[in-house]
Formats: sequence, structure tokens, C-alpha cells
Amino acid sequence: MSNILPAGTPAPDFTLQATPDQTLTLKGLRGRPVILAFYPADWSPVCGDQMALYNEVLPEFQRFNAELLGMSVDGVWCHAAFSRDRKLHFPLLADFEPKGAVAKLYGVFREREGIAERALFVIDKNGTIRWSYCSPIAVNPGADGILEALENLPK
Amino acid sequence: MAKLKVPVGPDDHVQGPADAPVTLVEYGDYECPHCGHAYPIIKALQRRFGKQLRFAFRNFPLREIHPYAEAAAETAEFAATQGKFWEMHDLIFENQNSLSEQMLGELALRLTLDTQVLTEALGSGAFAEPVRRDFSGGVRSGVNGTPTFFINGHRHDGDFELETLRQAINKAAGK
Repeated sequence: MSNILPAGTPAPDFTLQATPDQTLTLKGLRGRPVILAFYPADWSPVCGDQMALYNEVLPEFQRFNAELLGMSVDGVWCHAAFSRDRKLHFPLLADFEPKGAVAKLYGVFREREGIAERALFVIDKNGTIRWSYCSPIAVNPGADGILEALENLPK
Repeated sequence: MAKLKVPVGPDDHVQGPADAPVTLVEYGDYECPHCGHAYPIIKALQRRFGKQLRFAFRNFPLREIHPYAEAAAETAEFAATQGKFWEMHDLIFENQNSLSEQMLGELALRLTLDTQVLTEALGSGAFAEPVRRDFSGGVRSGVNGTPTFFINGHRHDGDFELETLRQAINKAAGK
């Protein structure tokens, strides 16, 4: 099982491609809460896809002024196609080269398969992890844990 | 394990007696093929368990991937105001493969509902609120896709084939 970074840990900074011509740096989001949603791969075949669910829950996240970032080891063009197909309204970051480097930093990389766990982090506006959760890889963790963590953030 | 945060109450669309030993809640999307698959299975469970089972359907439309899911949910809510929620719920699932706004209007006609009022209501979002309320409560309860079932308040994480649900309901009933 993973050694997922626990609550209270400073969130390791990273810069990743968000689109073919744009990068995103975690530190650049200071001042507002950030939700990191690591997942194994784009193109999960079910309707109840985790990213599709979060796409629908975005207004609830935005009530907390929170920024949602999806992350997997898929490349930036793969993310672009997936995002367009599912009409996602939040960035998918490509943890692609070196593969899974950010997932490793957060303790949620599965060496054997070479993919990220289904892992969630809620980071406060000062860059400290306030909640983390690693779901069994086949189980979509839903959004209730994220919302509860956002509610519990110090004002 | 995820638990239902909003108990079944007067705002719900319910079949079966209030004092049934088992309550099955479905969070569903009228355009979701898996919910379409579950539809006859629920019917079979209701036949099998009779008065032992109470069933509630709540809306969980995945609007971005299912363009007619919201309109379908609002149409069923509109039908509910005329006492025809379940008739509409059933008709929509039975015609899921050809879902469109026009088809929803045709279903309304079949139930002798006022299609003019329906069209206006869909345009103005007059029935969006109960759908939004269901969705929001579902998210809080750990709904992670469609369909998601809760049996006596606990999320059912297994598959939703007849035999699996039958056993889960039996277990909840203490049998």
C-alpha cells in the first residue's frame, strides 16, 4: 500500500503541463484551497467516472473558492482529448515526464503498474495538506470526503 | 462506508410502505445506460419483496456527458406535480434509447400532461431545484456514479445485478 502524505505535511510544490502550451505551478495557487485528485488513467469506461463526477460537483467546490486539479501519468495530448470528450471544466495535469514524479512525491505511485493511485488531497490556502485519502484502486471515492475536508478548513 | 445523509422523507418519490423493513434508494440518471439496465431489476425486486421493500428514486443527472439527463429529470419532477412521477419515470427508462426533448414531450402527451407547461418549465428551469437538491444530497452521501444504491442508509458497493441486490436486501432485512 502507498505511503500517502498525511494531513499536516507541507504540500510538495510541482510544475506540470496543464495543456500542450501551458504549465501550472502549485505554488501559484496559494491563497485558495486546492484539491488534488490523482487517478490511474484517462478513458475509464464507466459512466460513473471519477472525473466526470467531479466535473458535475465543481459548483460545490467553487463555493469554497477551491481549485480542482486532476492528475494522472497520461500525456498532455491524451488529457486534451479526454477532457474534450468528457467536457471537463477543470485542468488535468500530465504527470508524464519523468513518469509519476509528482505522484511519487505525494506517496501515491504504484511502481508495479506505473500509474497513480486513486488518491485525494485537500491543501489549504497556505500550502499545507489538510486531508488525504487513498481509495482502493477500483473504487471511485466520490466527493463527500473532499467536501467535508473543505468544510473543516480553518477560515 | 458511505452513508445516506438525507433520510427518505416527504420530498421523496417513494413506492412501497413507509414501515417496510428495507428501504432501497437509487441515485439515478435517466440517460445512463447502467441505470437503464438496473430499471427492470428494481421492478423484479419489488415484485419479489412486495411490502417488505420501500423504493425511492433520486435524481443524479451527469449533465455534461448526458445531454438529456437534466431535462428528463425535470420532466419527471413536473409529472410528479400531477401525481404521475412513477408513470413518467417508467416511460423514460422504457424509452431511454431514443431520449430527446421531443420524446419527453411525447411521453408527457401519453400521460395527458400539459406539454405547453412542460416546455415552459424546462425553459425556465422551474423544476431544476428538486433535481439540484437530490444531486447535492447525493454528493454529500458519497454517490460516486450512476446508479448508486443505498440499502437502509448504507451505500451498496457491489454490482447491481438481481441476485446481488436480492442478497443484500435479504441481509438488511435480517434474513
